[in-house]
Formats: sequence, structure tokens, C-alpha cells
Amino acid sequence: MSTLLFFIAGIGAIAGAVGVVVLRDPFYAVLALVAHLLSLSLLFLLLRSEFVAAVQVVVYAGAVMVLYVFVVAYVGGREEPVGELLRGRTPAGATLRLGAAVLGGALLIELLIALLGTGLKAVSGYGASYTPGPHAFGTPAYIGWLLLSKFLLVFEAASFLLLVAAVGGVVLARRRAGLDDESSREVLTPLDLIRPKRTGTMVEGVGGISYAHVLAREESESEHESEPESEPPGEPVGAATEEGW
Amino acid sequence: MTIGWYLAISAIVFALGAAGVMVRRNPLVVLLCLELMLNGANLSLIAFSRMWGNGAGQIFAIVVMTVAACEVCIGLGMIVAIYRRRLPIDVDELRELQG
Repeated sequence: MSTLLFFIAGIGAIAGAVGVVVLRDPFYAVLALVAHLLSLSLLFLLLRSEFVAAVQVVVYAGAVMVLYVFVVAYVGGREEPVGELLRGRTPAGATLRLGAAVLGGALLIELLIALLGTGLKAVSGYGASYTPGPHAFGTPAYIGWLLLSKFLLVFEAASFLLLVAAVGGVVLARRRAGLDDESSREVLTPLDLIRPKRTGTMVEGVGGISYAHVLAREESESEHESEPESEPPGEPVGAATEEGW
Repeated sequence: MTIGWYLAISAIVFALGAAGVMVRRNPLVVLLCLELMLNGANLSLIAFSRMWGNGAGQIFAIVVMTVAACEVCIGLGMIVAIYRRRLPIDVDELRELQG
């Protein structure tokens, strides 16, 4: 039974990986990666690491992939033309791409030699002995005990890394310029007192400025001819704040 | 199945991811292939953890997942910033990451 499951999950994992590399539409590539991650979590379960398998499904296949799907939907993931996967636009690009594929194959052969030709006898074994129980190897209790005793520093460093990444994400995604001045806003919040000028807010990001103000400002700007190029009609509301980047 | 089979799968997934990072041109897909490489490494970590009956490999795998989440956060933020500057989303044309 476990052999059957292993082959199902292994073939699923490899097929998902091939799909990520080969599929032209980024959206389908994301879906292939989700299938790959789910198969991989089945492999983790077969290796008796239940907690990591659960984290893989919930965090990786759930949260991270939702982020990918959002960005693909936002950016609109341009498809690469057929045949450009290996052909490139210039002859030099084609050579480089073919060389990259050959390099990947060479890497695979080297890894297989290193992993399977190793002197470790245990590689051809079935792993250490395992006794089921509430605190057995791989259970949440075991992982939690390890994280809070032996690997406490690692745990804290990972949390700090997550904090840094969250701050970096906010800094990258904010709107830099084009904040409307306070006089044209209907509602002033206490945040306006402490916020420096021209730092974008989430309200602007989702177009929370009322449309009448944007129209009025565009009219006044077109009267003064202050903008070298005017916005074409039909742009979304948020686009009016995107100039000056 | 013996541990060696799991290691073979992890090697195949890692090599596929590495080839994808070098071959594909869309930065989104390049990030996806990076995830493939991280997952290949994760599978071998878990396999070795099972091999020795030692939980350190599983902790390492969880930390790798954390790093992957951070990388996704920053990478996708950069892609969205590039898109909003109306630059081409193509690693061949994004030769420099300045201004």
C-alpha cells in the first residue's frame, strides 16, 4: 500500500514539476505547482512527518499559492510564444537556453550520483525505527518541543525574517506619489497628522478617493496645462493617481 | 520504499527547477521554479530526517518554508512594482534593476 502511494505521489510530484517548467500560461504553471506541492505533502506523510505535511498543505499550497494566483491575475501573466522556451529571440539567446537545459540535465546526473552513489548504507534502508504515539517522531508535539527547546534561536530568527519580509513587502507595494492633498479629502483621520506627505495609503491603493474629486482635479489640471500628457478617458479611478512615478 | 527513492525524486525535482530558472523568461515562472528547487531540497531534508530518526531535518524544512514565504513576498512585490511602472515583465529585457 505504501509502495503504491509512493509511486502515485512521486509521479504526481515529478509531473507537477514538469508542468511548472513547460506550461506556457503562468496561471496553469501555478496550478501545476499546487498539484506538485500536494503530492509532495503525501510523500512527507509517507516519511512520517505529519506536521510538516500539514504545514505544506496549509501554508504552501494554500496561502503562498493564493498570493501567486492573485499576482498572476493582476499582472495578467503574458504567455510566452510557442517554441521560444528553447529558441529565444537571438541566436545567442538560443544557444544560452539550450546550454541551460543541458546544464540542468548535468545537474540531475550529478545529484543522482551524489545521492545514490553515496557510501551511506542507510540510504538503501527504510529509516530509523518508529514507534507510534502522541509524542512520536514528526508529530506536532515533537516539532513544538524541538522548536521551543533545542531550536529556539532558529525559531526567533525565522520570526524576525518574516517581520522583515512583511515590512519589505509593504514598502515595495505602496504607492509612492500622487497622494491627494488634505483639502480635497472628505474625511480626515488622525493618521493624517502623523503621516508624511506623499506616502501612499491603502485607501488610495484600492481607489477609495471619491471620483468627483478626481474629476475636478483632472479638469483643473487640464486647464492649467500642468501635465504634459493627459490621461486617456476610461482609465480606472486609481490610474489618476499614478502619474509622477 | 527505501530512502534512496525519495532522494531520487528530490534530485529530479531540484534539477527540473534549476533548468526552469535558467530557461523561462517570465519572472513569475522563474519564482515558481525557485519554489521547485526549495521543495526538492525540503524533500531530501525530510528523507534524511526519517533516515536518522532525528527531528532537526524537519525543523530545517520548516525554516526553508519560512524563507520561501519571505522570498515570495518580496519577489511578487517587486513584480507588481515593475508592472505598475509599465516595464516589460521579461527577464531578458529587465537587464538592470535600477530606477
